[in-house]
Amino acid sequence: MKFWRVPLDAIEVEVTQGVVHIIEDRCKGCGFCIVYCPRDVLEESPHFNAKGYHTPRVKKEGACVNCHYCETICPDLAIYSVEAQPASS
Amino acid sequence: MTTKKNQPTHPLDSLVRTDRIPHIWCPGCGVGTAFSSCLIAMKSSGIDLQKTTMVSGIGCSARGPGYTNLDSYHTTHGRAIPYATGMKLANPQLNVVVFSGDGDLFAIGGNHFIHAARRNIDLTVVCVNNLNYGMTGGQVAATTPSLSKTTTTPQGNPEPPFNLPLLAFASGATYVARWTILHTRDLTKSIEEALQRRGFSFIEVLAPCPTGYGRRNRERPLDALRFYQEKSIIKNDAHPADIILDYQKGITLGTFVDVEKPTFTDIYEKTCRLDPAACM
Repeated sequence: MKFWRVPLDAIEVEVTQGVVHIIEDRCKGCGFCIVYCPRDVLEESPHFNAKGYHTPRVKKEGACVNCHYCETICPDLAIYSVEAQPASS
Repeated sequence: MTTKKNQPTHPLDSLVRTDRIPHIWCPGCGVGTAFSSCLIAMKSSGIDLQKTTMVSGIGCSARGPGYTNLDSYHTTHGRAIPYATGMKLANPQLNVVVFSGDGDLFAIGGNHFIHAARRNIDLTVVCVNNLNYGMTGGQVAATTPSLSKTTTTPQGNPEPPFNLPLLAFASGATYVARWTILHTRDLTKSIEEALQRRGFSFIEVLAPCPTGYGRRNRERPLDALRFYQEKSIIKNDAHPADIILDYQKGITLGTFVDVEKPTFTDIYEKTCRLDPAACM
């Protein structure tokens, strides 16, 4: 992340990591999650789901910070993120 | 429904009738977002979900309560608030949430809305405003902006629309807010506040309708969201008469009214219910 001034506690703050899960059969390809992901984690996949829509797919593995915005904005309850276990533990 | 192996379930699946998902809402429709915000707020507000019921009338948004795994009630067109009022008076412990659309609550059910607000019945009304009658094919509604095209106004709508927060405020609602589906966090917080407080709470949610309204006004769902992002002005505590919903000037969002007033049940208990001790 780019700061104009590095916060004093930037080293101590642990940024949460998330794993994005997509339920492909529910997705209707509106693209809200792709456009409004604050970390630009998702992209449209060339693959079609059973209903013929292009579902999102994860573009940058490990970039998700588990903010749940995709989960809230998705009109189809088709995407959600869960907190990833830190690599050290 | 096929999901990948070892995939955890969606956090809202416990509140949703998953056998009915995917729902009927079109791709890019905002009702689904308003619906999930409402479910998230119900979950996080800590209210007793066993004593919560969702009521709706007829329309696209009114399909929402049918997808919840709570006690829900799908009523006749425009009459969601009368049914909800009845439920609240019969069982004052219930948390009654009305989740319906603008056509249902303000056109055919407009009278019920103003009188429930006037009486200050303890309801939470979430109105998804998609600016037209979506389910019947995109006809002009009481909230359609002037000059916009719909199936029944192909040359442009000659009528001015309702200012819903002003209407709610003028009728006596004790909590009035307006958000869009892009402002999901504020919307969820607002619904949460409304669920936890007493009195008539009204939340308007602006949502795109790509099939009904958007198709005739050259507005794709993502264009609508971009418009919400660029043109919205958040002014909490603004007077409802000053707020605007104009496609050129912008839209005012925020929590406009939050006041305490005695609810209908409180006053009814004092005035109309006979005190058993006094009868003896």
